[in-house]
Amino acid sequence: MPLWQSIPLASILLPLAGAALASVLPARAARRWTVLLLCLVTGGSCLLLVRTLPGSTAFNYPMGHFGAPWGNELRAGPLEAMMALLFSGISLLSLLGGMRRLQEDITSHRQSAFCAILLLMQAALMAQVYTNDLFTVYVFVEIMTIAGCALIASRSTRGRGLASAARYMVMNLIASALLLLGIILTYDLTGHLLMEPVQKAILPLQQSGAYALPLTAVIALPVLALAIKAALFPFHTWVPDAYASATPTGAAMLSGVVCKGYLVVLLKVIFRVITPAVVLDAGISDVLFCFGAAGMVMGSVHALRQTEVKRMIAWSSVAQIGYIFLGLGLHTEAGAAAALLHLMGHAAAKSLLFLSVDPLMAASGRQGRLEGLRGAGLRAPVAGAAFTLGALSLVGIPFLPGFVSKVSLARAALAYGGLHTWGALAVLALSTLLNVLYMLRTVLLIWSPGGSPRDPAVPSPGPLCHLSLGLLSAACLGLGCLAGPVLEAIRAGLAVFGIPL
Amino acid sequence: MSLTNLEELTAIALFGIGFTLLLLDRNLIKKILGFSMTDSGIYLFLAARGYVAGRTAPIVTEGVQAVEAYVNPIPAGLVLTGIVVSVASTAVMLALTFRLYRSYHTLNLDEITNLAGKEAD
Repeated sequence: MPLWQSIPLASILLPLAGAALASVLPARAARRWTVLLLCLVTGGSCLLLVRTLPGSTAFNYPMGHFGAPWGNELRAGPLEAMMALLFSGISLLSLLGGMRRLQEDITSHRQSAFCAILLLMQAALMAQVYTNDLFTVYVFVEIMTIAGCALIASRSTRGRGLASAARYMVMNLIASALLLLGIILTYDLTGHLLMEPVQKAILPLQQSGAYALPLTAVIALPVLALAIKAALFPFHTWVPDAYASATPTGAAMLSGVVCKGYLVVLLKVIFRVITPAVVLDAGISDVLFCFGAAGMVMGSVHALRQTEVKRMIAWSSVAQIGYIFLGLGLHTEAGAAAALLHLMGHAAAKSLLFLSVDPLMAASGRQGRLEGLRGAGLRAPVAGAAFTLGALSLVGIPFLPGFVSKVSLARAALAYGGLHTWGALAVLALSTLLNVLYMLRTVLLIWSPGGSPRDPAVPSPGPLCHLSLGLLSAACLGLGCLAGPVLEAIRAGLAVFGIPL
Repeated sequence: MSLTNLEELTAIALFGIGFTLLLLDRNLIKKILGFSMTDSGIYLFLAARGYVAGRTAPIVTEGVQAVEAYVNPIPAGLVLTGIVVSVASTAVMLALTFRLYRSYHTLNLDEITNLAGKEAD
């Protein structure tokens, strides 16, 4: 086995072991150690993408000495490598971009713990991307849930942040119980935990019609659990308070990568475990389609009504998760590819927004209210430009990823035909219109002259923050301009990801 | 007729009671209790499904016997792993509850959300 095939294992084990070390290092060393490890994982994912993309090959990596169907396995292909690169890159840039605020928000003796949490989150994300075993999925989903709770609650000792952390935990515990039950029932029904053997056992069961009720539960439970964890409307109640009260690094990671990690697991469950045909037969796609459409509209409506900028961005996340579920719910290859492109574009744009809004607020006397941001772009031009780029991407301006993914979604919906087409096009149009209203309103506000002059005592966001904003903007532009090749790569990756649609 | 699946029935009852508490009760401590019961139900179910009467754990002491002498050890291993995960989640949830109770002197999640919403962030 060539050495590069060990990259998936290394990207899980390095952050996992590194987290233990980070928790005992002094704050400054822990921060540097975390950045170093995240750089390593990002580089490794890059290398893996370069190796797997040209021939669009996927490989299974057995763990220990027991081969399939008994042992544990990792599996990696172009799509996994792309997702790993996206997640580790966004985590790295979120940490760099929020580094200065991190040091203000979190007391220095707790920063090491925060770094350990970030690394645990990274290990969990990588494990979810690469693992081929259902129980491993459960364990790492739980690690991510707990790490996410720590990200939400790290800054607040009371108030809305802590209360939303409690609501987040309750919602996630419900989902965990459902996910565990689904996995145990799958194991009971098929006798396997590795994804491919489960899939081979499920197909004949479904065709013969035996165990119809347990099989429906096996299909519905993990999908429902992962939809709850990914904060699909109407399971989003904790989102606005949590994103608004977390430190910028935490908010960027929660919106950019945490929800997306669960979505990757959901893709695996649909494509590799249950198989698309069985999902379609059970009617799950239509349910996802409807909830996605509802989320798109309701998230945007609520975003329009917010008066605090961070809560507005958080509500917009609810809408954007709806787009992704709408694409998955179309149940066509084009729909899934568009959903994945939207996932990538949204991860970049939303973390850009959360990281750039903080310097804007700092330059306006720490005001959270929209009206207080008047002229903030003139006082903090780099952050203002980055915010504008992220906002325009979410609205869907050409040459930015939001535009391409919305067009691909619309094309996928047009190809589908029937009621789905009209429904999808209508909510796309409505949601985009609402997006334009609330995002452009904010962009115009931060560039219009007026407002309080800059307080000279407020330090500039610093070169690290500017570097991270620049790189994230470049990633957005790159994704938008190279959307054709990226879509091609996503399709090639989907073809070897599991059973194709 | 004698029941042969008492364990599974108990597991379903535990899951039902626990999940109802977790979902519907507003008291945080009761929610945590509900979560523990839910997970216990699932683990009991898995342990019961993983045991075959008359067989033993595959620990070889007097030479390897026929395959039929042993049960598959994986379900027991999964139960142990799962219990560790639940303990960790319960601990985090208890810590959060502790901190919220110290700030708001109530365990009702709705009241806490109301009180917290009135505070400036």
